[in-house]
Amino acid sequence: METKTGTWIEKKGLAQMLKGGVIMDVVNAEQAKIAEEAGACAVMALERVPADIRADGGVARMSDPDMILKIIDAVSIPVMAKCRIGHFVEAQILEAIGVDYIDESEVLTPADEEHHILKHNFKVPFVCGCRNIGEALRRIGEGAAMIRTKGEAGTGDVVEAVRHARTVIGAIRQLQTMGDEELMTFAKNNGAPYELVVEVKQTGRMPVVNFAAGGVATPADAALMMQLGVDGVFVGSGIFKSGDPARRAAAIVKAVTHYQDASILAEVSKNLGEAMVGRNVSQMPEGEKMAGRGW
Amino acid sequence: MIMKIGVLALQGDFAEHISMLKRLGVDTAEVRLPKHLDGLDGLIIPGGESTTIGKLAVAYELLEPLKQFGREHAIWGTCAGAIFLSKDVSRDQPLLGLMDIKVQRNAFGRQVDSFETDLEIDELMRVTGTEHLYHAVFIRAPLIESVHGDAKILSALDDGRIVAAQEGHLLATSFHPELTNDTRFHEYFISLAS
Repeated sequence: METKTGTWIEKKGLAQMLKGGVIMDVVNAEQAKIAEEAGACAVMALERVPADIRADGGVARMSDPDMILKIIDAVSIPVMAKCRIGHFVEAQILEAIGVDYIDESEVLTPADEEHHILKHNFKVPFVCGCRNIGEALRRIGEGAAMIRTKGEAGTGDVVEAVRHARTVIGAIRQLQTMGDEELMTFAKNNGAPYELVVEVKQTGRMPVVNFAAGGVATPADAALMMQLGVDGVFVGSGIFKSGDPARRAAAIVKAVTHYQDASILAEVSKNLGEAMVGRNVSQMPEGEKMAGRGW
Repeated sequence: MIMKIGVLALQGDFAEHISMLKRLGVDTAEVRLPKHLDGLDGLIIPGGESTTIGKLAVAYELLEPLKQFGREHAIWGTCAGAIFLSKDVSRDQPLLGLMDIKVQRNAFGRQVDSFETDLEIDELMRVTGTEHLYHAVFIRAPLIESVHGDAKILSALDDGRIVAAQEGHLLATSFHPELTNDTRFHEYFISLAS
């Protein structure tokens, strides 16, 4: 029998297995175990969570492969890791050490200010950030097998996550009402590949799984994103920058499963201790925002 | 009366199973709490992360109701669901223990080792009256190491490794029929549930 690996169905399929789940940022094996114990469906291995990247400044790069391997050894759930936008050699390294998903991420300092990685060249699947449907479909055109709305990482302010999710999901709804002859102009105006625009109109949904990210700090934030129509959530700084990470992590997992049940949401929101301190995005200078990185 | 099949919706690709079932004209329900099992003729436990599904099942007191349901009704577990149905996974995590099978998690390696292949499944072809091979999608898949008691092998790879098993009205597959356009496995499960 013929066996094939690294196919589009395989890449897209792993993201489908993550649906209805929470992917948590972790910086060492101990945090990875806390995340797994709390019910995370995957972890994102990185040296510094976005809140610390903001505080420290400087160039943010791919993490040390040794640190990622220690996390891979510590847990049985999938392990993701970040490379810089356009840095295809960092991606080759992450593929070589066996990460399950690569996040070509605006949270790190971009290595290329015009081009993203041609992700079809890899066997390992990629997730990429987006702020609108054009950006999402360009990334999918390059081979991203999963999308996340960007939000504004490391702030604990959900406002940008809401804006980006509403923008993407609103555009999908808008496409449903358009005539076929309008689609090429839609593709032109949004900088999106025409064939993918046609597919979204026909199916009424994104061609790949779409998570929310960037600013989710509470169970209510997570359920808000789910009710807006995303498939799951990434939580970065929101867990391990809070007062009681294990408890908050478990509460956010429950909130994503029971996102439509307000009495369960009330129960899991009780006594979580201090949320991450947070930064108000509306008072942040444009130059400090990460979401604008991506082309 | 139209048959009603539930899909455990704690985490994973439950929506993909529901759309397959709808294509076959079956009523469906998402199961997140014990009360959602009422009135179902069968249940599918989807792909996802078995540790996540297990922990949420414990937190919302689903383990006992699911075991009880499985004694009387058909249950089918795909990938994480197959792990959850088994008696033994060689590590400490919540299991239903309904099927007398031993399962090894992530048995084929990491995501870059995930694969698609064609399987010959005699029983499936017989029940659905078809002759073509079954194209199976494995994602960070578990392997059924061994079957015991009344459990029997439904399908194996060329090298003999077991990827599908059945024990009465209980069904376990390492792979994901819900990610294909081939409805035969769902038809086969519906025949077990009726």
